[in-house]
Amino acid sequence: MTTEADTPVGRRLRSIKHIIIVCSGKGGVGKSSVSTQLALSLRASSPTARVGILDVDLTGPSIPRMLGLDGHPVHQSSDGWVPVYADGSEARLSCMSVGFLLKRKEDSVVWRGPKKNAMIRQFLSDVRWGDLDYLVIDTPPGTSDEHLSLIEHMAPVHDRISAVIVTTPQAVALLDAMKCLSFTRVTALPVLGLIENMSGYVCPCCGEISNVFSTGGGEEMARRESLTFLGSLPVDTELVTLLDAAEAERPDESAELPEGGSKRSFDLLERYQKTPTAPLFKNIVDKILEQLTLSGASR
Amino acid sequence: MIAVQQAAPTPDPLSVPANAPEHCPGTESELAGKADACAGCANQEVCASGQARGPDPALPLVRARMASVKRKILVLSGKGGVGKSTFTAQLGWAFAADEQLQTGIMDVDICGPSIPTILGIASEQVHASSSGWSPVYVQDNLGVMSVGFMLPSSKDAIMWRGPKKNGLISQFLKDVDWGDLDYLVIDTPPGTSDEHLSIVQYLKESGIDGAVVITTPQEVALQDVRREIDFCRKVGIRVLGLVENMSGFVCPNCKNESQIFKPSTGGGRRLAQVMNVEFLGAVPLDPRIGKSADYGVSFLDEYPDSPASMAYLDIIHKIKEILGDA
Repeated sequence: MTTEADTPVGRRLRSIKHIIIVCSGKGGVGKSSVSTQLALSLRASSPTARVGILDVDLTGPSIPRMLGLDGHPVHQSSDGWVPVYADGSEARLSCMSVGFLLKRKEDSVVWRGPKKNAMIRQFLSDVRWGDLDYLVIDTPPGTSDEHLSLIEHMAPVHDRISAVIVTTPQAVALLDAMKCLSFTRVTALPVLGLIENMSGYVCPCCGEISNVFSTGGGEEMARRESLTFLGSLPVDTELVTLLDAAEAERPDESAELPEGGSKRSFDLLERYQKTPTAPLFKNIVDKILEQLTLSGASR
Repeated sequence: MIAVQQAAPTPDPLSVPANAPEHCPGTESELAGKADACAGCANQEVCASGQARGPDPALPLVRARMASVKRKILVLSGKGGVGKSTFTAQLGWAFAADEQLQTGIMDVDICGPSIPTILGIASEQVHASSSGWSPVYVQDNLGVMSVGFMLPSSKDAIMWRGPKKNGLISQFLKDVDWGDLDYLVIDTPPGTSDEHLSIVQYLKESGIDGAVVITTPQEVALQDVRREIDFCRKVGIRVLGLVENMSGFVCPNCKNESQIFKPSTGGGRRLAQVMNVEFLGAVPLDPRIGKSADYGVSFLDEYPDSPASMAYLDIIHKIKEILGDA
């Protein structure tokens, strides 16, 4: 099978230990925010962990905004595209998204499947990730071109990919999460577990917990489908604000490193760790790491 | 010559062979029949001969079917989970509240159809008759078509690439026996890709009356909505207006309003100004909206006193005004 691993994608991804695909059938359940948190928490999980985050939501990239990297350009090097580093010179959190390739933020990417497929192949084969411990892949909603392309192109490294499914508690979202689960089963993608997002909202005024989108549905589904339930996350306005208001600092030419990163101190992680969600998410990451070691040992 | 259109059989999406060429360049492409991926495809010769590059043969059929539909409205948003399907359902119910009007809802979200659940008809099936597939009726004057009605089990995932999705969308437009409709409301998946391009292309001749764009207040959503409005302008669809959903949350305990998704950059209202589109209104977040959607009941009928219901009705009234139907 050595020939199969010898595709450009296989060669490029060989230096990545674990690839985690974050998916959900439905849109707006928090895939991108979970991906961002996962990348941040994995980076914080060890002082040497190197993490990459790839945003394959081509028509609605949100990762650049969430990491406060709006408007950063991607540089070319002789060895491929240089990802944008969210933590500047430390270069332990690299990021790639179609958002970096757009000239204006309101530009729409109106692409049919074959073009999306080509872009994803380029992302997988042409980005100079270097040695990574984890590559988190944020996906668009659904089970279509992007997902099929990912699985297809990553076939040479299939033993290293696994998925995390994100859902919200209401029935409409669970229905789509089931479809997503069927997809992982058909494509033989191991599922690390299920995260229930937007599970309850704490009124900032009186502390009353409202189940804006109901609650508990994710845990129930995990039990029924014998999946690992990774945990539930409430709606956290501090987190929403943090990931949303990361107001794009104009990339100052002089502040740019030759590597394409920015010198902006990596305070996003510090601020993230102060949100109420961060400790909850740490538990989730611990469970994910446990699962990864388990699956690594069984191999 | 009299062309007799045969009733198209209800398709079983799961029976579509998985071995169709994955990198099909598209039948209208310059490379049709000549690309590497075409080797071995059964249609290679037809594509290479250029015959397939002509106008889609479905177009005249779509035009004929859509001739009896007065108004076609798209519900769009760049981002997922902002309430497109919920809004589509409310709009459909509100139009259908007038017994004189015939309304249809078409769900072109192939990979994540939510409309059947939200309308409470998730277990229904589509039936084929000599005049086409019959929509599923929620009430006498509200017909619905969704891929959700065609799946043997709600758990089944539709793992389709673009061309297959386009095929089903064209069938929804030409093979569904919509009858005479006053309104056809079309719910779309998030993004700006195959489904959106297809629906616009197929309906170009018949004309789309306009698009309602839905957003939530936070910048991450607005970013995607800017792209969606840009898309509408690129393909020449009139934007009827922008609706801001999940705008503020009233705590059922202390009645104080808080912003779950903070409009850090001015929210939908500001975006509407900047992009020069009509701002139709803001709908507050009410947990009962999600619950109604899960149980498949009309939120407007169940909770007419909720501020969200009033906001919905105002917006729907504005849409009618803009269309000149009020």
